[in-house]
Amino acid sequence: MYNPQLDNDGNLKHLLTIEGLPKKILTQILDTAETFVGVAERDIKKVPLLRGKTVCNIFFENSTRTRTTFEIAAKRLSADVINLNVGTSSQSKGETILDTVDNLIAMHADMFVVRHGQSGAAHFIAQHVPDNISVINAGDGRHAHPTQGLLDVFTVRRYKPDMHNLRVALVGDVLHSRVARSEIHALTTLGVPEVRVIAPKTLLPAGVEKLGVQVFHDMKAGLKDVDVIMMLRLQNERMTGALLPSAQEYFKTFGLTPEKLSYAKPDAIVMHPGPMNRGVEIDSSVADGSQSVILPQVTYGIAVRMAVMAILAGGNA
Amino acid sequence: MQLPNPETLLAEITAKIQTQLEINGAPNTALVGIHSGGVWLMQRILASTKQDVAHGMLDAALYRDDYAQRGLKTEPKPSNIAFDVTDKHIILIDDIFYTGRTTRAAMNELFDYGRPASITLAVLINRGGAELPIVPNIVGANIVLKPNQDLQLTQDAGGKLLLSLQKASHV
Repeated sequence: MYNPQLDNDGNLKHLLTIEGLPKKILTQILDTAETFVGVAERDIKKVPLLRGKTVCNIFFENSTRTRTTFEIAAKRLSADVINLNVGTSSQSKGETILDTVDNLIAMHADMFVVRHGQSGAAHFIAQHVPDNISVINAGDGRHAHPTQGLLDVFTVRRYKPDMHNLRVALVGDVLHSRVARSEIHALTTLGVPEVRVIAPKTLLPAGVEKLGVQVFHDMKAGLKDVDVIMMLRLQNERMTGALLPSAQEYFKTFGLTPEKLSYAKPDAIVMHPGPMNRGVEIDSSVADGSQSVILPQVTYGIAVRMAVMAILAGGNA
Repeated sequence: MQLPNPETLLAEITAKIQTQLEINGAPNTALVGIHSGGVWLMQRILASTKQDVAHGMLDAALYRDDYAQRGLKTEPKPSNIAFDVTDKHIILIDDIFYTGRTTRAAMNELFDYGRPASITLAVLINRGGAELPIVPNIVGANIVLKPNQDLQLTQDAGGKLLLSLQKASHV
């Protein structure tokens, strides 16, 4: 089957979605990321891999955190980084996406990191760019956010290396989350036997069971004996119509409190992709508690993004 | 072609490194192995010196000059330098010295950790063919090989070192 993310030899060419990525590539990214974790702990937090390359962060939609981590990742690889908030520049003057991209190609960019509100935008750009340019999807609509999915799986693997014996629960707004799909794909590909989703019916996409997950609508049953709890953010800005009675009501039923956390295994880890809505999907004492690995996720996010860029940039000459 | 016994060569370079340790003083010296063969050798040398010497390992993959052509084909292994490099006499250990490019990459990586007092290069075998002005200081054996020959150090399940000569796949 044709996979636009891979070249003819099966190597990674673009990173658009985790769906369809072979286990070999997923493992290659995670193993490579291990080598970058240590780079951040040194005096000189840079390696010369992408020296002389230009990485363009094209953000058609705002996301300070994702843009910053991609920028730091590229800079630690010694690349030059250009940030474009297209929402506030040419597009508002009427330029099309491809015109924007063509202009950057003419400026000899080597890699594009693309964030867009429309599903498929990064894919569209990847089909348009010449062979020597790689595209990384930094989130497109409800579709995918592969580096977030990868960094979450990397965090799971660091804390719970035996992935074949894990029970993982995703809690919250699966319907609007582009991370949830990426995570489910990555976890099942890497051999996690049991992935659960816990959410009210109104926040689950139709046919979610087809992704190979078990569905729960109750935290007590859903969190029982899990090793990993991945909280999802309540996507207020994507919410249309009355899917929820109120934030308080949601917190009462699905917010992660110390009491609900106690249903999980005692050594379970708590993850959240950020930004957190404290008191809506997660209680502050859990977010800041000893089982929380929310800040390590941010640190690992940089290593994982460095790994993706390093793999994409190598072997193109 | 009769290859030398790597265990004999290891004993020879261990003796020379021991001398170096005595000259510089063990507390001022650190051993750094280059993945994978150099790390095996370093562990064996550490075991036989019976001294507490700072040590670490490097995978110079992220500093190689052929990265743009080859990419990260084989999975790089994490570097681990858990001591302060600054002012240390570093003994860099590799299995086979060939073009000198790995040594160049490893030295660049070392300098990102600090400013060592000196770097000494110890190798099991110098096979000739240096492409850079780098010469190993401590050598187990000198062997001249053709570019289409690939000399590999391996380790068996019991930790015994083995040398094998193959036809190079990349030439």
